[in-house]
Amino acid sequence: METKIQSACETCEHFNRDGLKKLGVRTDNFDFVVALAGNPNTGKSTVFNALTGLRQHTGNWPGKTVTRAEGGFEYNTKKYKLVDLPGTYSLMSTSEDEEAARDFILFGKPDVTVIVVDANRLERNLNLVLQILEITDKAVLCLNLMDEAKRNDVEIDVRTLSRDLGIPVVPASARFNRGIPELIQTISEIASGKMVCKPHRIKSVPENIEKAVKTLTVEIEKEFPNISNSRWIAFRLLEGDKKIIEALRKGEFV
Amino acid sequence: MKQNNIDHIIELSNELRWQIGDEFHDNLTESIYADAADIVKDTVRSKDSERRFRLDAKIDKIVTSKRFGFPIMFLILGTVLWLTIQGANYPSSLLANLLLDIIHPALKSGAAGLGMPWWLDGFLIDGVYLAVAWVIAVMLPPMAIFFPMFTLLEDFGYLPRVAFNLDALFNKSGAHGKQALTMSMGFGCNAAGVVATRIIDSPRERLIAILTNNFSLCNGRWPTQILIATIFIGAVVPKSLSSFVSLLAVIGVAVLGMVFMFGVSWGLSKTVLKGEVSTFNLELPPYRPPRFWKTIYTSLIDRTLIVLWRAIVFAAPAGAVIWLISNIHIGNESIAAWAIHSMDGFGFLLGLNGVILLAYIVAIPANEIVIPTILMLTVLVTGVGVGEGAGVMFELDSINATADVLKAGGWTLLTAINLMLFSLLHNPCSTTIYTIYKETNSVKWTVVASVMPVILGFIVTFLVAQLWRLMF
Repeated sequence: METKIQSACETCEHFNRDGLKKLGVRTDNFDFVVALAGNPNTGKSTVFNALTGLRQHTGNWPGKTVTRAEGGFEYNTKKYKLVDLPGTYSLMSTSEDEEAARDFILFGKPDVTVIVVDANRLERNLNLVLQILEITDKAVLCLNLMDEAKRNDVEIDVRTLSRDLGIPVVPASARFNRGIPELIQTISEIASGKMVCKPHRIKSVPENIEKAVKTLTVEIEKEFPNISNSRWIAFRLLEGDKKIIEALRKGEFV
Repeated sequence: MKQNNIDHIIELSNELRWQIGDEFHDNLTESIYADAADIVKDTVRSKDSERRFRLDAKIDKIVTSKRFGFPIMFLILGTVLWLTIQGANYPSSLLANLLLDIIHPALKSGAAGLGMPWWLDGFLIDGVYLAVAWVIAVMLPPMAIFFPMFTLLEDFGYLPRVAFNLDALFNKSGAHGKQALTMSMGFGCNAAGVVATRIIDSPRERLIAILTNNFSLCNGRWPTQILIATIFIGAVVPKSLSSFVSLLAVIGVAVLGMVFMFGVSWGLSKTVLKGEVSTFNLELPPYRPPRFWKTIYTSLIDRTLIVLWRAIVFAAPAGAVIWLISNIHIGNESIAAWAIHSMDGFGFLLGLNGVILLAYIVAIPANEIVIPTILMLTVLVTGVGVGEGAGVMFELDSINATADVLKAGGWTLLTAINLMLFSLLHNPCSTTIYTIYKETNSVKWTVVASVMPVILGFIVTFLVAQLWRLMF
């Protein structure tokens, strides 16, 4: 029997409706872990709901997600566990939220980190994005609230942004489920290693600091040859981050 | 060997930290911002991006202004309440009609047909079923209106502005500004408000928010306030003003609750929960037009039905208890009558009566069944010829009939005012108490949260009663 194709969309790899199963809270036997990070009030919980089919409460105020929500989806026979991290503006201070988010990205070693940003406030959101990209190189930027950006006449050159950041960028309006199929496809490609990211590393560092960081990085890499975020660890050591020093002593980075 | 290398790295980092100086953190932050600005310069083009932010700023200037901030807040609160009260009337009576007048007799005759013994049929149908039916009829319609409206306001982005307006007041009372958000949730349901305190980082301020959430008049108590205000307070003014004055009285009680919340927060932060107010930054998010139907749907499913289910779980055993105490006799009197008589003296001191006190004891599981219990118990002790028998909760079709029963029970304007005060100031319902225990993990604080409001209620009603009797 011949199935009739309704539109060109259905032939696209991104479409693949049959391959997608929203698993809700069933997250056992997963193949990959996906972390959801981002500034407060950028729609992380909405993206989380769109991916898992769950109905985590969403609301228009920052700091609404108080517990770490977990959910899952299945895509092309692979199961993904999704962790919604508390929204933070940075990973460098010591508030409980920031530490929880950082520890999960650092020690939980998610297979993919989805960074949700508000397309209307890209510059401010990039602060967190650049910090995350120092820690992990398996990340995708979800450029959320594109509908609002369009209304505000904000135009974003997605390709250049993706090239500058060195990670894939997916424009989306999670409230209307737009961009979600593309996001899922991108997540799967990064998780399976089909797509390799070469993320942006912080550039405009003053010379004396850059020199100190280089010296330290070389030493760290001597000890841990397989580590991908040696530069970030060097930053943290220079800052005197006790938790990172402790983790280094215990060998938690290996 | 390996440990040596790591120690070496750490030593090296300590050394380098000296060399690069104190400004490392700031320097790094600046580098990140410089990179971000670079990237944005090449990728983002906004023709008129400030336009909408300007509109947001304009709205904010009005809703958070010194002059209009508070009036707008009360206006919105008043509108939401008015819509809830008006809108709930009709579906409530429809549900009551279905559950109480049609299904209840049907169940009774079904039980009789099966030859069920009177005590089992009374216990199950008059006790458990009626309590559950009551809770559904009284609670579901207002919640189904209140929660979606609240969620719409939340999605629109108004709540952070409320927090912004109230921040100074909270600060002065030694509490966290985000308590404004948990307080607003408490107007819907105190248990939900207690859970929402998780957004407050500091344990001290979170505890203050938990202990004082009960001062937000919850959904289960609004109907009591409205009914009593309509019967007794609306009656003292000319008819044309009565509904307005009643609404004002109810809002007055709600505002009084907020006054108590600030006062008790202040008291706690000056005594047992001393400490500095932690600063926080609350971003005022952009206003977003809510997705209307989706919001309605999720708030109905996630909030209304979950809260309703919890109330039912706790109301069913309460119904059983009410039926039992009215039907088990010690000597010539039922337990209920005996308890009422022994509490009448104390009740008189508070300007209340034994019936009200007993009703509040058996209605701990759900505030919604206070009024039906009061009516049932009043009929039991006065012998007015209405109602459906011992231990059977009922409500009367007209407000006048309700007023007649209460007046036969010796109610005065003082009783009404003090009942409204006591409804505001008494222990939280058992769902909330259980939630407080789960959130604080402490028996001590759970006991404090439960007992403190009752003691306050006793003090306030006592003082009002004494003053009243001196004046009139």
